[in-house]
Amino acid sequence: MSVIVNLLVGLLFGVGLVVSGMANPAKVINFLDLFGTWDPSLAFVMGGAVVVAFVGFRLALGRGRPVFDTAFHLPTKQDIDRPLVLGAALFGIGWGLGGFCPGPAFVALGLGAPGTYVFVPAMLAGMWAARRADA
Amino acid sequence: MTEFTPIASLAGGALIGLAAVLLLALEGRIAGISGIASRLLPPVDSRFASRLAFVAGLVLAPFLVAAATGEPVSQTVSSNLPLLAVAGLLVGFGAVYGGGCTSGHGVCGLSRLSQRSIVATVTFMLTAFVTVFVVRHVIGG
Repeated sequence: MSVIVNLLVGLLFGVGLVVSGMANPAKVINFLDLFGTWDPSLAFVMGGAVVVAFVGFRLALGRGRPVFDTAFHLPTKQDIDRPLVLGAALFGIGWGLGGFCPGPAFVALGLGAPGTYVFVPAMLAGMWAARRADA
Repeated sequence: MTEFTPIASLAGGALIGLAAVLLLALEGRIAGISGIASRLLPPVDSRFASRLAFVAGLVLAPFLVAAATGEPVSQTVSSNLPLLAVAGLLVGFGAVYGGGCTSGHGVCGLSRLSQRSIVATVTFMLTAFVTVFVVRHVIGG
C-alpha cells in the first residue's frame, strides 16, 4: 500500500511542480534575479503550497495518527546549529547557479535536457557525501 | 525572460501543498525531496521501495501533464555542464547537510512554523539571491 500511496503522492507533487512552472530552471533563476528579469511566480508557488499545508497539516495531525501508520514521523531537532546554516547556505548557492532543487531535477529527468543528466548524478554524489559527513 | 504566471503558480503550489498534506495524513511523513532521495543511496532501509515510488511519481509527472494538456512540458536548462556539476554537488550536499531543501524546509517546515526551517529557508534564499546577482550582474555584466 505504501508504495502505491508514495507513487501517487509523488506524481501529484510532480504535477504541482510542472503546473507551477517550477520544473523550468529559467523561471527559478528569474525569480532570484531581483535586479534583472524578475519573475515573481515562485513566491506564488510557495504561498499556495504553504497555505494549503499549514491548514492541512493541522487537520492531519489533529487526527492523532496517520491512516497507514501507527504514529507520525516528524523532525525532532530544535537547535539552530552550524550544519543547518552551512548546509542551507551551500544549497542556496547551488540552487542559484543551476536553477534546480531536488524535486524539479527529478521531474526534469524525462525531459531530455543534457544539463539534467549532469546535475542529477552530481546532486546524488553530494547527498551521499553529506550522509557520510553526518554519520 | 519568463512569463509571470500567478494563477498557474498559485494552483501548482496548492497541489504541492496538497501532496505534502496527503503524505503526512496517510504515511505520517514529511514530503522532503532531499530526505527521500538521499535515503535511496546506501545504506538503505525498509522504506526503500516507497521512496523509489515517490521519486518515480516525480519523474512520471511531466508525461501526465503533457498527456492531459496535449502540449510537451518545456523548460530551459543551462548548457554549461561544468556549472551544473558544481550546482548539483552543492544542492545535494547542502540539502542533506542542512537537513532539507525547498520542500522539506521551505514548504513543510514553514507550514509547521519550525524555527530551524525558517532559518534554513531565509539562509538559502539569501545565498541564492546573491549567487544570481553575482553570476548575472557582476560576472555576467
